Amino acid sequence: MTTARLASRLVGGLLLAAPALAAQSSVVVDPAGPVRTVSEALGRVTPGGRITIRAGVYTEPVIRVAIPVTIIGDSGAVFTGGDHEIFLVTADNVTLRGLTLRGGEHSFMEDRAAVRFDSVANCVIEDSRLEGTFFGIYLARSRGCRVSRNVVRGSAAVEMTSGNAIHLFHSSDITIDGNRVAGHRDGIYLEFAERARVFDNESTDNLRYGLHFMFSHECEYGNNRFERNGAGVAVMYTRHVYMHGNTFGDNWGPSAYGLLLKEIRDSRIIGNIFRQNTVGIYLEGSARNEVLGNTFEGNGWAVRVLANAEGNTFAGNTFRRNAFDVATNSRSNVSTFRENYWDRYEGYDLDRDGYGDVPYHPVRLFSLLVAQNEPALILLRSFFVDMLDAAERVMPVLTPQLLQDERPLMREPA
Amino acid sequence: MRTATRVLKYELHNVLRSKAVLVYTVLLFLLTDVLFRFGGDGARVVISLLNVVLLLVPLVSVVFGTMYVYAAREFTELLLAQPVSRGSLFAGLYLGLALPLAGAFLAGVGLPFAIHARPDAALWGPLAMLLTAGLLLTLVFTAVAMLLATRFDDRAKGLGGAILIWVACAVLYDGLILLLITMLRNYPLERPVLALTLLNPIDLGRVLLLLQFDTAALMGYTGAVFEKFFGTSTGRMAVLGVLLVQATVPLLLASRVFRRKDF
Repeated sequence: MTTARLASRLVGGLLLAAPALAAQSSVVVDPAGPVRTVSEALGRVTPGGRITIRAGVYTEPVIRVAIPVTIIGDSGAVFTGGDHEIFLVTADNVTLRGLTLRGGEHSFMEDRAAVRFDSVANCVIEDSRLEGTFFGIYLARSRGCRVSRNVVRGSAAVEMTSGNAIHLFHSSDITIDGNRVAGHRDGIYLEFAERARVFDNESTDNLRYGLHFMFSHECEYGNNRFERNGAGVAVMYTRHVYMHGNTFGDNWGPSAYGLLLKEIRDSRIIGNIFRQNTVGIYLEGSARNEVLGNTFEGNGWAVRVLANAEGNTFAGNTFRRNAFDVATNSRSNVSTFRENYWDRYEGYDLDRDGYGDVPYHPVRLFSLLVAQNEPALILLRSFFVDMLDAAERVMPVLTPQLLQDERPLMREPA
Repeated sequence: MRTATRVLKYELHNVLRSKAVLVYTVLLFLLTDVLFRFGGDGARVVISLLNVVLLLVPLVSVVFGTMYVYAAREFTELLLAQPVSRGSLFAGLYLGLALPLAGAFLAGVGLPFAIHARPDAALWGPLAMLLTAGLLLTLVFTAVAMLLATRFDDRAKGLGGAILIWVACAVLYDGLILLLITMLRNYPLERPVLALTLLNPIDLGRVLLLLQFDTAALMGYTGAVFEKFFGTSTGRMAVLGVLLVQATVPLLLASRVFRRKDF
């Protein structure tokens, strides 16, 4: 044995022998070590210090993090919950990394989360795994936090007894990126969350909405995937939302929408893909939104605009293989469609400027009939219905004439 | 049975020599081929072929079938003068009509797929359903043709009946359903409409194919009722069974008329 190793052993032995010494900047929690619980480690670490958690299963009462600290889990560091939350963070500048949090009973009285940040700033939770928790990550009254690269897997069966994977309440300037969430009530729920940035997440197989937000202004959502959620994505009572490059797919059901917009104003929806949804985009009471350069493919209804949606613009979008391109509930509609590509367009382009010379009317007579009498849906693709549509196109009586694309694209935009 | 096979053999020769079936095959082949060359991928071609299968196949089956039975009238009379049972003669006639038409359909539509389509697991379901629907519609409408041609001695009546039945099934029937739905919009109509759909072979074929493509649209509230019935494998089997029944009933009727007919 060399002297150096001997010395280090001695020092280690001293530390072991005197655990109650002054606060340290780095503490190790180990099921077999001197510090066995995180709560204990929190009592020893200096503010701004670091707690490392060795592999093992930890079952503790609520772990209250009230000082700025970085908690890092080795792989295999597992925390189990029960009828209480696992981490409750009430200090600024707390970072949680690489933890595995498992289990948590549902509650009808409180939104019990695996990790709750309450009234803090600059918190971070990343590279963690949450399995079978009630609520996953919950940020309340916080700002400037980051939720990155976490995996949140729930096993929700009914909405009543399930919570949301990532939940923001009254928080601002939060970044949520690279997370994969599934099997909860809502994948990501933002309520009164301003200036949130939601990027590169995957939210799938949730009971209700993949992404749900209410009263969350000035938010930006990019490159996320929302698939197979019970009711797709819902954006409500919000203004200045920017959604771009997202994929909305396979949201099927009687009330499932790729993207449900209710009371949304001055927002931009650009370059998203809507694939195989019952309804691609549903607009209700929304005004002055721009829907540009999106692709609608294989949806039941690509776009459903209610007459109370005003001044919305649809331009440069691609409509392909949808059962219905546009549906509405009134003859007077005040949304603008221009320069979109419609695979059903049968017009010509004599001056070869790339735009069709006759306007395209995306609302088919049959889609009106179905809106009024749902069972008529069984006649979809019937020869008779196609004839009716053709007749209506030649001599429009029932379909909204103002809802038309004056300059439909002849080719799909690149 | 032996006589039936012999009659069938002769009729096959006869039908194939008439070139009409050949033209039908080539037509289907060219159409599918062109769709591939212009449209691209297999799924789109299947969708485009939907109306061909639902309109052209029944039309050709019922019109060509009626003409064929009328044309075979003298031959039938000749054979009836021989010791040939009416049952086997009838079976030979029907198979001699239905088999070449079914074969023509399968070859005309299937070959271009074999040539152009890239092997893609997602395509097999819709393609198999397309071919099955076309096959069953051929059987149904040739059976109807047999009934018409044996029931009416007057060719004009028979052909008129054939076209009428085709128009009724392909166009008018859906119009009636739509009218009914619009008139009775205050009532829950999902199930009655479902039952009505089961009565028309062309509608059945359409719904079967529809469920292969437009599931997203059909998953709305009403669609859920339809999807629950047609979408399950038992529902699909039931639909195929109903189509077979729709082929059998006119065939049995025709056979009854044929047996008792005074030629």
